[in-house]
Amino acid sequence: MSSLISIRSLGKTYRRGNQPVPVLLGIDLEIAAGDYVSLMGPSGSGKSTLLNLIAGIDKPTSGTLLIDGVDIAALPENDLAAWRAANVGFVFQFYNLMPVLNAFENVELPLLLTPLGKAERREHVETALAMVGLADRMDHYPNELSGGQQQRVAIARALITDPTLIVADEPTGDLDRQSADDVLNLLDRLNGELGKTIVMVTHDPKCAARARRLVHLEKGVLIVGGNGDGH
Amino acid sequence: MSSGLSLSYVARNLYARKLTTALTAAGMALVVFVFATVLMMAEGLRHTLGGTGSDSNVVIIRQGSQTEVQSTITREQANMVESLPGLATSPEGRARISREVLVLVNMPRKGSGGLANVVVRGTTDNGLLMRPQARIVSGRPFRPGSSEIIVGSAMARGDVGLRIGDSIAFGMRSWNVVGIFDAGSSGFDSEIWGDSEQMMQAFRRQAFSSLVVGLREEGSYQGFAEALMRQPQIKADVKRERQFYADQSEKMANFISILGKTITIIFSVGAIIGAMITRYASVANRTREIGTLRALGFRRGNIVMAFIQEAALLGFVAGVTGLFAASFMQMLEISTTNVQTFSEVVFRLVMTPGIAVQVLVFSMFMGVLGGVLPALQASRLEIVDALRSA
Repeated sequence: MSSLISIRSLGKTYRRGNQPVPVLLGIDLEIAAGDYVSLMGPSGSGKSTLLNLIAGIDKPTSGTLLIDGVDIAALPENDLAAWRAANVGFVFQFYNLMPVLNAFENVELPLLLTPLGKAERREHVETALAMVGLADRMDHYPNELSGGQQQRVAIARALITDPTLIVADEPTGDLDRQSADDVLNLLDRLNGELGKTIVMVTHDPKCAARARRLVHLEKGVLIVGGNGDGH
Repeated sequence: MSSGLSLSYVARNLYARKLTTALTAAGMALVVFVFATVLMMAEGLRHTLGGTGSDSNVVIIRQGSQTEVQSTITREQANMVESLPGLATSPEGRARISREVLVLVNMPRKGSGGLANVVVRGTTDNGLLMRPQARIVSGRPFRPGSSEIIVGSAMARGDVGLRIGDSIAFGMRSWNVVGIFDAGSSGFDSEIWGDSEQMMQAFRRQAFSSLVVGLREEGSYQGFAEALMRQPQIKADVKRERQFYADQSEKMANFISILGKTITIIFSVGAIIGAMITRYASVANRTREIGTLRALGFRRGNIVMAFIQEAALLGFVAGVTGLFAASFMQMLEISTTNVQTFSEVVFRLVMTPGIAVQVLVFSMFMGVLGGVLPALQASRLEIVDALRSA
């Protein structure tokens, strides 16, 4: 499999006041198209920062990050926003649905940035919601759905633009066991049936075990699962 | 590419915060109400005085006197005017000219106490003929050569409240009210009319106040005015009757407008700050939502636009509410002294489409001004920081 994500000596340093706080120290990582990677590590290890960089919502301080050959760190802000809209699906720990929009409209949201007409959007949204098993909940607002259902709506939203890459930040962190399993089963299907590349941050070893590959970070450095290591 | 967030998303965010939206809108609606009322007042005054008189009549007053009350026209001057070309004539061949005398008479206000400066106009048969808009609605016209008077409908209705059969004293005489006339809510409705020569005697006047002249045709105004100016003995100002009264509303209407706009601007600062506070709160409550939208690919511009639209919509709701409330003020009739003529004028507040548009634009502008800084703040957040917020 060819490499979708190619990371070389990637570094990220935050500033807290005048104090530089290094979070990532020279990460090297290749992620193949169609892979399913779990990023694990203790709090402060830099796993979420790495995920944010891969998702294009944060910029590295040093090193290179190519996604499908695109140096996303070099993209101007609006181009980067357009790139995210077309290439990345987001799944958040707390679902991050818009409370004033119902399930249908939440899933439709990313399509408002595409040239698709209303009828086409409806077709796409219905398909996505059917896939996550919520075809009958289209009119429900987030506060009328359980946590597991909300996360499934969020997954439908993440795949609605048919992105190559799905990033998930603790997608089961706020769910009970059963709902967590449903969500993980869905991610399995996205990876297995639709060929989506998934990068997931998690604390939970059971959750991480569902991925094809485990990458472990500690204090900003890859410990296990880097290039030539593990799988 | 589509422009981004839908208007329905914008509207629902306002609706989702019903209470703060309602309170903010109510504060703005009050300002809108004040603004609309002031504009309606100025418009009402213009409407009343601007609707007084007709374009086929001409008012002549002494040069520089500006109002009829300050003006004097002698009998000789009146005779000279009568001989000028361009005047309409009666079937008997007499020129249509009314030699009028205007006196301000203090009359007690019934409701509020105090005195009103009421215009008492001595007029003539011709004067009545040239103002067909003034119709007798009850009683009968005054008889020439008598101490009878007719009262404008606003004077009959308003604070002064004269009725047929009343007898009032001024000019060392007692005058009997024999009729009420209505001149279509114009300035004449605030006047009392009687016989010109009788008024001259009663007030010991040697000269008239003004001449009202009927033109043969509306277009002959220019020729008539020029002919008048060529007469060195008649140093007079001449205006079409409608223009003459409209001009008398300008100073007061402008005064009301300026005063009202000043107050409105001061009030609106408060309302804008109020809107800004609720908009900031709205941004703070929705930080993570904003971060999510950005992550999904919405640009900073989309976010700014959505928040500004939200603020404009808030302003629009406030504007409509304020206008609705202000529209009831049309039932209000104001009786006051026109500072330009020192005479009592009764007018009704008038709402026009122009006022409605002006007020709505103002209200939306208030909303946008209150929303623009919070909107910019919302867009300036780093995505990662916004997503991390609770």
